[in-house]
Amino acid sequence: MSRIETADVVVIGAGIIGAACAEALSASGLRVLVVDRGAPAGGTTAGGEGNVLLSDKAPGPELDLAVLSRRLWPQLIESLRAELGDEVARVEWEPKGGLVVATDQDAVGPLAILAEAQREVGVEAVEVTPDEARAMEPYLTEQVAGAVHYPGDAQLQPVLAATALLAAVRARGGEVRGGAEAHSLVFDGSGKVAGVRVGEGTIGCGAVVNACGPWAGHFSVAAGAPIEVLPRRGMVLVTAPLPQVVGRKVYAADYVAAVASSDVDLQVSAVVESTATGTVLIGSSRQRVGFDEALQVEVLRRLARSAVKLFPVLAGVPVMRTYGGFRPYTPDHLPVIGEDPRFPGLWHASGHEGAGIGLAPATGRLLADLMCGRESEVDPSRFKVDRPAVIAEVRT
Amino acid sequence: MRVRFDGEEVEVQEGQTVAGVLLAKGIRSWRTTRGGGRPRGLFCGIGVCFDCLVKVNGVPDVRACQRVVAEGDDIRTQAGAELPS
Repeated sequence: MSRIETADVVVIGAGIIGAACAEALSASGLRVLVVDRGAPAGGTTAGGEGNVLLSDKAPGPELDLAVLSRRLWPQLIESLRAELGDEVARVEWEPKGGLVVATDQDAVGPLAILAEAQREVGVEAVEVTPDEARAMEPYLTEQVAGAVHYPGDAQLQPVLAATALLAAVRARGGEVRGGAEAHSLVFDGSGKVAGVRVGEGTIGCGAVVNACGPWAGHFSVAAGAPIEVLPRRGMVLVTAPLPQVVGRKVYAADYVAAVASSDVDLQVSAVVESTATGTVLIGSSRQRVGFDEALQVEVLRRLARSAVKLFPVLAGVPVMRTYGGFRPYTPDHLPVIGEDPRFPGLWHASGHEGAGIGLAPATGRLLADLMCGRESEVDPSRFKVDRPAVIAEVRT
Repeated sequence: MRVRFDGEEVEVQEGQTVAGVLLAKGIRSWRTTRGGGRPRGLFCGIGVCFDCLVKVNGVPDVRACQRVVAEGDDIRTQAGAELPS
C-alpha cells in the first residue's frame, strides 16, 4: 500500500481514543492518517480491562459522555460489521451488566445515595437485597450488606475494538502507521497548524489530534502547547481460565471513591470480571508513580486480597499472569476534548484515565462534531482545553 | 516416596516433577482442553506454555513440569477448567 504524504487530519496515537477519533473523522469524509510510535493499540489500550461503565460515575459531564458512549458502542460495532464484515467486528462485546457490592454496613448508605442520583439522570440502577445479589452471583461472599445492579454496564476487548476502528479508517482511504513517532508541529504564516514532523519527514495536514493517552502531556510539551495529563498506574491480575464464577462486572462499593480520588498513594479496590476465554480479571489499583514500570508485589497482594473478599472461591485459584498500564489522568478527572486555544489546528483528546474504552465513541463523535462545526450531543464546554486544571504554562 | 495418580498408587523418586513421573509411566496426556475436550500433556517443559496443567491436592491448573512431587500427593487428570475442590 502506498504511503500517504498529506492528510486532512493526522491523529497521533493509535490507542482506543485515537482510533475512535480517526473513525469518526473518516466517517465525516476526512482523510485521516493515524501514527503511533509503537504498535497500534499496544499501550494503555492493551493494559486495561475493557470497561464500558456507567455505574462508577456520579452525575456530571463524564457520566453524560458515558451515557452517550454506551448508546454508541453497539451502534458502532453494528456499523463496522455492515461495513467490514463479521470477523473484523468481533470485539467480544458483552452487555453483561454490573453489580456493585457493599460488604460492610457503612458503605450501603453512600452507595444508595449515588444510585439515587444516577437514576435521576436516567441511569438504570436497581438496589438489590443481599439474597438477590447472591442469586445473581452464586459465588459472591456471604458478607453482602447491600448491592446495586447496573444493567447498562458492559465490557469489550479493547485491542480488538481499536483494531476494528482502525480497519474502518483504512477502508475509507486513510492510513495507520505504527513505529512512527511524531516530534513536533509545523505552522503556516498565520500560526495555524500546517503539518507534523513524523520520523524523518513532515506530513502536511490541516489538523493534528493529540491522542497520546498518558503521553499526551509529553507530546503537548513537544508541540509547544503543554497540557496537564499525567500517568496513573493500574495493575490487573489474571487467573487461569475457570468455569463460570463471575457473571457480571462485580466490584466493591469503595471503587467509586478510588476512581475519584486524587491521592498519590496506592488505591486498591476490587473489580472482578470474567473474559470470553474464561480467565478472571482482578483489578483495580491506582498509583501515581510516573512511568515507573517496576512490578510491585504488594500491589498484587492487595488486589488478590480484595478480590477474595468478594469471591472467596478465588482464594484457591491460580493466578496466571499480571499486566498493567498507565492511565491518562487530569487534575480535575475530566477528559480533554477540543481545540487548543493557543494553536488553531491542534486538538487534544486525552485524559480519560481508566474510562477511555467506555468513553471512546462519544469522544470521537464529539471531536469530529467540533472539528466539522456540527452541533454536538454533549456539552463540550466541560471538556475544553482552556480550563485552569488542564492548560499549563509554557515553561521557557 | 509414593503419590497417587487418579487414585492409583505410584512409586516416585524425590526431586521428580509431576510431568516427569507421568511420562516415566508412559502417560502422555493428563488434561483436556476447555473447548474441544482434546488431550494435552507436556509441551514446553519449562513452565511457560501452561499446556501441562493438572490437579494436585485439589488445586487445578498446576503446571506438571514445574511441580516437584511431595509424599502423598493426590494428582488427578483435569477436565477443562475446574475450580479448586
